[in-house]
Amino acid sequence: MVKSFFRNILSRFKFNPFARKSHVKLGLYGPPNGGKSTLANRICQDWLGEDMSTVSHVAHETREINIKEQVSIKNKKGKELTFSLVDTPGIATKIDYEDFLKKGMNKNAAKTRAKEATKGVIDAIKWLDNMDSVVVVLDSTKDPYSQVNITIIGNLQARNIPVLIAANKMDLKKSNMDVIKAAFPQYEVVGISAKYGKNVEDFYEQLFKLAK
Amino acid sequence: MVTFQFVPFHDIDGLSSAKRINKLLNIVKEDKIVIMEGRLRREEEADLIEITMEEIGPKFKGVELSVIYPDKNKQDLKQRVKGTFANILLGDRQGMTIIGPASIVNKIEKNPDKIELFTKESTKRYRAKPKKKR
Repeated sequence: MVKSFFRNILSRFKFNPFARKSHVKLGLYGPPNGGKSTLANRICQDWLGEDMSTVSHVAHETREINIKEQVSIKNKKGKELTFSLVDTPGIATKIDYEDFLKKGMNKNAAKTRAKEATKGVIDAIKWLDNMDSVVVVLDSTKDPYSQVNITIIGNLQARNIPVLIAANKMDLKKSNMDVIKAAFPQYEVVGISAKYGKNVEDFYEQLFKLAK
Repeated sequence: MVTFQFVPFHDIDGLSSAKRINKLLNIVKEDKIVIMEGRLRREEEADLIEITMEEIGPKFKGVELSVIYPDKNKQDLKQRVKGTFANILLGDRQGMTIIGPASIVNKIEKNPDKIELFTKESTKRYRAKPKKKR
């Protein structure tokens, strides 16, 4: 809170020391199953040659904050950007262990997962204050007007944290970039498929603009 | 049966953020759907999610939440000035917030000027709708 308070004041005077940092904390935020961890893995595979997080079709696979330090990416002009990549648990307003039972888990595992998931959501929200820039990862096949999306983006805006929206899963037929652009016209939206690496070059270019 | 409880803005206006959130969540935990005049501050919305997560247990599965708020980009200058003055004088009571218990409300869809609220029962009935015979 203190950091964001000073960031707001300094930005009013067109002075932002965070913008000059070559090393920034880049957070991946969004609702569950949007593809945050898949994107984290894509970035780490492309630039470090290793995975960062485990992924699953069952929601709330990421239940703890994962950090990969010293991720360096280069653009076409040879410019380098180094950041700590922070993969966060998906933010949700409800978690029911019975949803995990339907995915074939036993009762104990489902209850444990639900409990860890609630803690993960709390941690993700608390970590908002530590971010220098954030990529909001949305599933482009789903309705973007959900209150979770609006709350995440509204809170980033209130903290004056630069935001890039990654409209993920653009390889799927139902994907609709236009709806996401219409929902958040004030932000840069880049369509990607983190799973197949589609359009990630554009995404990396946008990261340079985000961290400026 | 589904019960809606209206919360006028003046009921929460003088309360601290924590008390506002607790008041709303206590109503939701009684299995009622809150229709609140106005909206919470952005930080309060995040706090609401945090506190909801802390309180999730065997009887409380969380909430469904939606806010309708006038799109300032669609307002002309006169409407914006009016809205700003009204906010200064009366507090930000524009828009409407709906919060329902996840055990009753399956989903709330906003598109973007209308709200559709699907309860668990209505969703079941919708899914169970028999196919038309040829």
